Amino acid sequence: MFRLKTAVARAAGRLSRRAGRGGGTTVPGRTILRLAPDAIERLSSRLPEGVVLLSATNGKTTTTAMTTTILADRAVCTNAAGANLLTGIASALLATPAAATIGVLEVDEAALPEVVRRVAPRAILLGNLFRDQLDRYGELELLAGRWRAMLDDLAADTRIVVCADDPLLAGLVAGRAHVVWYGIDDASVGRSALDHAADSTSCPRCSTHLSYTAIYLGHLGAYRCPSCGFARPELDVAARSIDVTQADAVSFTVGRVDGANAVTLAVPGIYNVYNAIAAVALAGSIGSAPDVAAARLCTFAAAFGRYERIAIGDRTALLVLVKNPAGANEALRTVAPRLAGSPLLLALNDRIADGRDVSWIWDVDFEPYLTLASVVHCAGTRAADIALRARYAGVPAASIVVHDDLAAAFDAAVDAAGTDGNAVVLPTYTAMLDLRAIVAERGLVTPFWDTGR
Amino acid sequence: MITIVPVYPQLLSIYADRGNVIVLEQRARWREIDVAVHPIAVGDDLDAANADIILIGGGQDRDQALVADELRRQTPALRSAIADGAALLAVCGGFQLLGHRYRGHQGDEMIGTGLVDLETEAGDGRLIGNVLVEATVNGMRHDLVGFENHAGRTTLGSNVAPLGRVIAGGGNNGLDGLEGCLDGRVVGTYIHGPLLPKNPWLADQLLAWALDRHGVTTSLEPLDDRLAHLAAARAADLARR
Repeated sequence: MFRLKTAVARAAGRLSRRAGRGGGTTVPGRTILRLAPDAIERLSSRLPEGVVLLSATNGKTTTTAMTTTILADRAVCTNAAGANLLTGIASALLATPAAATIGVLEVDEAALPEVVRRVAPRAILLGNLFRDQLDRYGELELLAGRWRAMLDDLAADTRIVVCADDPLLAGLVAGRAHVVWYGIDDASVGRSALDHAADSTSCPRCSTHLSYTAIYLGHLGAYRCPSCGFARPELDVAARSIDVTQADAVSFTVGRVDGANAVTLAVPGIYNVYNAIAAVALAGSIGSAPDVAAARLCTFAAAFGRYERIAIGDRTALLVLVKNPAGANEALRTVAPRLAGSPLLLALNDRIADGRDVSWIWDVDFEPYLTLASVVHCAGTRAADIALRARYAGVPAASIVVHDDLAAAFDAAVDAAGTDGNAVVLPTYTAMLDLRAIVAERGLVTPFWDTGR
Repeated sequence: MITIVPVYPQLLSIYADRGNVIVLEQRARWREIDVAVHPIAVGDDLDAANADIILIGGGQDRDQALVADELRRQTPALRSAIADGAALLAVCGGFQLLGHRYRGHQGDEMIGTGLVDLETEAGDGRLIGNVLVEATVNGMRHDLVGFENHAGRTTLGSNVAPLGRVIAGGGNNGLDGLEGCLDGRVVGTYIHGPLLPKNPWLADQLLAWALDRHGVTTSLEPLDDRLAHLAAARAADLARR
């Protein structure tokens, strides 16, 4: 009976895709959960090596893609298209390749406790918690509280792979068993001042303001509480010797000790270093050797819409998803070399998946970066809001263009790039999906639902 | 010289309250008005004589209680600044702290500054969404738009004027159709975080009050606010849906 139900649900997905309703990344899952509410439990228990789950505010999709890259010798069940709610998880499990032995699934932060309860994962990766979509997730502390309860109920042998540089997460995980701590240990790439949007900078134990010897991203860094002594745990997997001077790549070493396992990633930025070492630590927790992991990461290509380079004739559109202040700050820092003198497209949507509240754009430190661009094109359902933000960031009114139509805005930005030039495109989540649909229609990229690796 | 004083920005800027600072600062600069921003941190004392526009934002629940204790300590300084002509903009959690108290679900109480006669009770569920308000300040009507996200239900004392009437959205409590408070130069509102970008008239009102405190009464030079009006029109449309 269950077999029939899964067949029906898969057929529903095919129909949805044929009907032109997008990737069908959630329809099969929604169908099977209606027919068999315990489908996630049943389907996931069939994977002989079990399931690992990844969650974070930022970096889920990229870290998942990096982990499957590291596990290249296994057939993997994964949700590469980023559908990470219960329905997306069920869809991914339904589409499990016949030879798959292990599941590598990204999970929405709010859905994580429920998914953990259903799949009894072998390992979970907790990457970071940043301020994000308050209208949808509520306050950070609320989400952290739910994760704490989830950790309290976790099966005793579950591995917890966690970013030691996030004090909020360290506070949740410290003292538990089977923990793998990863983080960055290279003060040369650290900053001494926090971004305006930094949250969780007070001690999770005693609320004193934390002091940092290095700040790497948002509130992630090497911290210590001057009052109670709470400090970043010792790192099991560390990134060192980081070189962020390349425009389209970043290199570093990864391992417990210095000098081990050199990696050059074909995507830049500190956040990708975090994603990569998270993937190494997670793969390590299920038996992958760090030297193999490092070698395979050198072959990694960007996940869709995450520092994705799209060739359009003789020019390039550089697509970088931005969805919250911490991610946007880091994206701006990372694209800065490509932004100088180039056209920029900011595409701000306020659909449910983006968050209906666009206030967050005022928390982004746009100020030093937007004036680098030659022109700022603005699009999306809240185009005027992001245009206004650009104006207050010092971009002259004459260099701001507000568009009603996303495709027209994209064309204008690419056109302005000039021969051999690049346009930098920073879209929110649904704007990124729309943009990819536009370029996919023109045959320039593969549709996102076919990005399985 | 106008001085803008964000109060405890490290704890009270959960909804990008910094947007209000950016807007006030830029609108002063664009008009070549001398402006400085002097945030006060926990433990600092508010210098009433040098605070022309005081901004109190919203924080996480955990931080709100901490802030309430600190802010009560500043109440005399806040009172004397206000009495001396300073303007105050309090947003969301900050608006609640203007009042006497916030009563939680379990009957627990957080004592506010009592600067304005209002009180707040935790409600069932949050009021979340785009809001459109018809505000009246100095006898002038203006559209006020933005986003609200609050669990508190606030009731104004009988002698306190609202900032405006709700056209679409929840407002102070979802019941009486009122939004915010206006008491002299003290403005409270549930429109959270960056409300000044889309409501430049309110930003300019705060700047005008600040200049007036320094004896400057000439009207402010108009700025090109087309983008603000475009964004506000969009937000108003969304609120009406």
